[in-house]
Amino acid sequence: MNRKAKTNATESTAKYIFTLCAVIAIFAVCSITVYMIAKGTPALGKVGVLELLFGTEWMPTAADPKYGIFFIILSSVFGTAASVLIGVPIALLTAVFLTDISNKKLAAVVQPAVELLAAIPSVIYGLLGSMILNPIMYKLEKIIFANSTSHQFTGGSNMMSAIIVLAIMILPTVVNVSVSSIRSVSNSMRAASLALGASRIQTIFKVVIPAAKSGITTGVVLGIGRALGEAMAINMVAGGAVNMPLPFNSVRFLTTQLVSEMGYSTGVHRQVLFTVGLVLFVFIMAINLILQKLRKKAIDND
Amino acid sequence: MTDELSLTAKKRRIGDKIMYALIYISSAFSVLLLVGIIAYVIVKGIRQVNFSFLTTVTSALKGTIGIAGNIVNTLMIVIITMLVATPIGVGAAIYLNEYAKPGKLVNLIEFATETLSGIPSILFGLFGYMFFGQTLGLGYSILTGSLTMVLMVLPLVTRNTQEALKTVPDSYRHGAVGLGAGKWYTIRTILLPSAMPGIITGVILAVGRIVGESAALLLTAGSGKALPKSVAQIFDKIFQSGGTLTTQLYLSATAEGDFSTAFGIALVLLVLVFAINMATKSMAAKFDVTRKK
Repeated sequence: MNRKAKTNATESTAKYIFTLCAVIAIFAVCSITVYMIAKGTPALGKVGVLELLFGTEWMPTAADPKYGIFFIILSSVFGTAASVLIGVPIALLTAVFLTDISNKKLAAVVQPAVELLAAIPSVIYGLLGSMILNPIMYKLEKIIFANSTSHQFTGGSNMMSAIIVLAIMILPTVVNVSVSSIRSVSNSMRAASLALGASRIQTIFKVVIPAAKSGITTGVVLGIGRALGEAMAINMVAGGAVNMPLPFNSVRFLTTQLVSEMGYSTGVHRQVLFTVGLVLFVFIMAINLILQKLRKKAIDND
Repeated sequence: MTDELSLTAKKRRIGDKIMYALIYISSAFSVLLLVGIIAYVIVKGIRQVNFSFLTTVTSALKGTIGIAGNIVNTLMIVIITMLVATPIGVGAAIYLNEYAKPGKLVNLIEFATETLSGIPSILFGLFGYMFFGQTLGLGYSILTGSLTMVLMVLPLVTRNTQEALKTVPDSYRHGAVGLGAGKWYTIRTILLPSAMPGIITGVILAVGRIVGESAALLLTAGSGKALPKSVAQIFDKIFQSGGTLTTQLYLSATAEGDFSTAFGIALVLLVLVFAINMATKSMAAKFDVTRKK
């Protein structure tokens, strides 16, 4: 009897501990949300919502400080969009290669290469970008703006470099998700298309990819999330001034603004940085919600 | 009529050829990029990496350049993070797989785990700085960094353990219960050992994440690079600022302008993350074998 009571006590303790472990994730998400909002909103009141979110002047340390983060938001949006436009086609073609074109030997080279690209830390991408891409961009800049009087020379640290680095960094994510969704398209569909006289390329682009559409969309949205949240790599190649997001301008993103100014900021400046974090958080949560909707849809379709 | 047919056929062939070319170029791009990155880092970094680089601390007084302090910091963060994250992650997976009945709580936990894995590291850094650093008063320290990383890698450990538990056949559970074993006893002696390869895979993946992480750690663990000289100092160090390899690489390449050190660290990091990647793969292969049984 005593022993049974003891076992029962152990059993229920175990259950409580496991439940607690599982609830920690909920607790974490809630406290992150609460903190982002609690720390990110005061500056909105102090500076003014419109002036902060839609102001285009960023002079946090001036005697009459200006805290407009509109260009920072725009840079993040444009940079992400452009890198997705470049990265996704390359990723999709690579995925098609791995699933439908390649023989086993070649796939055994390309697949691990993509995986290893995903494993490379972002600071290394940043380091290589600043050593290889930026000098190339500087040369281009000198040619393109040779006769311009208004262009501020950046030494190659610009939006273009950041876009290229981001496009490379989202590649593995999009490839992996696309590969698994293209693999799940049944071979009878391919066979039917080929039997009707379509070529292999036509089969891939008119039958297989449309059938794998929802999985590929998930991959693209995941890629958008990664690009939007990437900080260190682009901080090292995009320059250090808040500007309009033009290809050859030095720009700041939501993420790089946090990396480079959190260390020394004080007072309202720091509060505005928390608002920058909040804006990024809102974007990311929106993307998360879209992702979960997509996944649910995929499960319902099965 | 036949002419027209052959014309469209020809057009189609050309279109196909262009697409084939694009597909091959895109795939070659990843491979060439990887080879290029590895070659560049090796060429630029190999001269820097030697015994004293790995075992000393950069000091103007002694005239040494080294990353030993950063290696120790990275190790400490990895160990502390995994000591906290592994039990929580595995526990959460056990709850989700063995105890929970489908319903609101499970949906909420799955949603939270999913959300955590979608939050970018810079926001974890910001939160870690505000919550662990300021509210709990831990400041810039190894502990702040580790606790922040716990939140980041939790989904990885939970997800992998869950996958592993799912592959344990239900007959094991029924057998154990039939023999009179309690649930906790079944988990401890049957389920966890069977799921071990999956759990270890999750842990290795998480270690890889931590080693490569930079943004979150820069905001939480700071950039100290002193090397602890005694056991007592190691414990003190938990509450002091400590820059990891990635943090030092970033600082070397930006504020300090010391690119040879940056490339030396880059080489060390590449070796580390590739080794971790291979370890995960060999674990996954093992995992497959147990599944086939």
